[in-house]
Amino acid sequence: MNILEIIIFSLVKIVIVLTVMLLTVSYLVYFERRISAWAQNRLGPNRVGWEGVLQPFADVLKLLLKEDIVPEVANKPIHTLAPIMALFVAFTTYAVIPFGPVVTIFGFHVPLVVADVNIGILYVLALTSLGVYAITFAGWSSGSKYSLLGGIRSSAQMISYEISMGFSVAGVLLISESLRPEAIVQSQAGWMWNAIIQPIGFITFVVSAFAETNRLPFDLPEAEPELVGGYHTEYSSMKFAGFFLAEYANMIVASAMIVTLYLGGWQFPYLETFGLSSTLFAIISVITFMVKVAALLFFFIWVRWSLPRFRYDQLMNLGWKVMFPLSLLNLIWVAFLVMVFKI
Amino acid sequence: MAVKKREKDLTFWEKIYIPEIVKGLSLTMKNMLKPKFTMKYPEEKFIPPASYRGRPVLVQEENGEERCVACGLCSRVCPALAIEVQAGETDRQKERYPEKFEINMLRCIFCGFCEEVCPEEAIVMSKDYELAFTNREDAIYGKDKLLIPVRQLQDRIEFLRSYK
Repeated sequence: MNILEIIIFSLVKIVIVLTVMLLTVSYLVYFERRISAWAQNRLGPNRVGWEGVLQPFADVLKLLLKEDIVPEVANKPIHTLAPIMALFVAFTTYAVIPFGPVVTIFGFHVPLVVADVNIGILYVLALTSLGVYAITFAGWSSGSKYSLLGGIRSSAQMISYEISMGFSVAGVLLISESLRPEAIVQSQAGWMWNAIIQPIGFITFVVSAFAETNRLPFDLPEAEPELVGGYHTEYSSMKFAGFFLAEYANMIVASAMIVTLYLGGWQFPYLETFGLSSTLFAIISVITFMVKVAALLFFFIWVRWSLPRFRYDQLMNLGWKVMFPLSLLNLIWVAFLVMVFKI
Repeated sequence: MAVKKREKDLTFWEKIYIPEIVKGLSLTMKNMLKPKFTMKYPEEKFIPPASYRGRPVLVQEENGEERCVACGLCSRVCPALAIEVQAGETDRQKERYPEKFEINMLRCIFCGFCEEVCPEEAIVMSKDYELAFTNREDAIYGKDKLLIPVRQLQDRIEFLRSYK
């Protein structure tokens, strides 16, 4: 492949991934509302279109038509920058996550990932850390006490949980011996899923992912009863929608990361032994990936409507006194496995 | 931070959280699969029981006459002063009838005192709860809107008789 072809294929992949992401985000909001309603024996939005399937578009239209209010005391450049940054981080993180095997299109071998880089996991960790800045900026620049408290809480929470997240990922890297997401997926062939080999790491990573995406039970940065709206109290119109979309895009990225690192990525166990044609193999792989991600997204929503929010000191206790030692324990367990069984 | 001693110490399994989380999740899952309480309102409507106090209406006899004798007790008892009655005289067997009977539905509080005090069972609470107006004049219901044939009010009248 020459440079031009690489650029064209990358652009096509970026467009496809972004479109799918945006559509998934809007329908995720719809499903969040429907599932929350079902969990409370209600029906949820079912008026716009058949069973309310056009609700996301109505919501976006409403937000676009709203007045964009910036508080007088706000630091305007940073106030505007924060939602853009949140969206940027949420969408770019997805670039390194593979959603299917290498496919052959018009004689070219195209890996089904936007950027197949060697330091994929480092890239994800770096960008998710940038996400803290978006929230902290939003909280600080709004010139409101509630926003500031939300921003401070969020930075403390994200930094604390990034540690256990990093150590859990280290366990995965010990087995795959590579930072390339594709290699991590390949190392989980068959039923050698990391969720089965290192269940403690799986649990600590999932809990940290909940904390990193600010989802309940860890949504302290926007705890409504105490902080009004948290870091986005002073945002309205599409700027608010930016944070909203970023939160849901983060959920998708977190689910895709959990699938890639712990649940075998796009692999359907032992699919290659069925002797399918390469096209069918690719299609089933992509569908497998989507089903896994969808199941995790449902789990995210399900947990939100089941568990109460942690108190702030409980959150810190859990992060430092439970999650951190557990992830270290997991690292030792994986090191032991690698040393003794050479897996 | 001063932490008060909790009244019940958690057991080991409760402290691990995960079994309790699974319990909570299974509870919400059970509720997700239950039939829903919400009605799809304009398509399916709530039909209230006979004890329901909807908008007050006047009973119209089979021959088309109103039962009301315009004694004015309902208007006297009404705590919200929503009812206005003006009596008139006729040559029929029942000599009095309401010349004008108006209920201001913006004032009515659906207490049912008018129905309780009525000596003739002429004013009863119906099952009608769909009350919406676009201006205040529309909210004053005259005899044209208030008179309802007795057949449609049978179960409310029976309910009243069984409790009086």
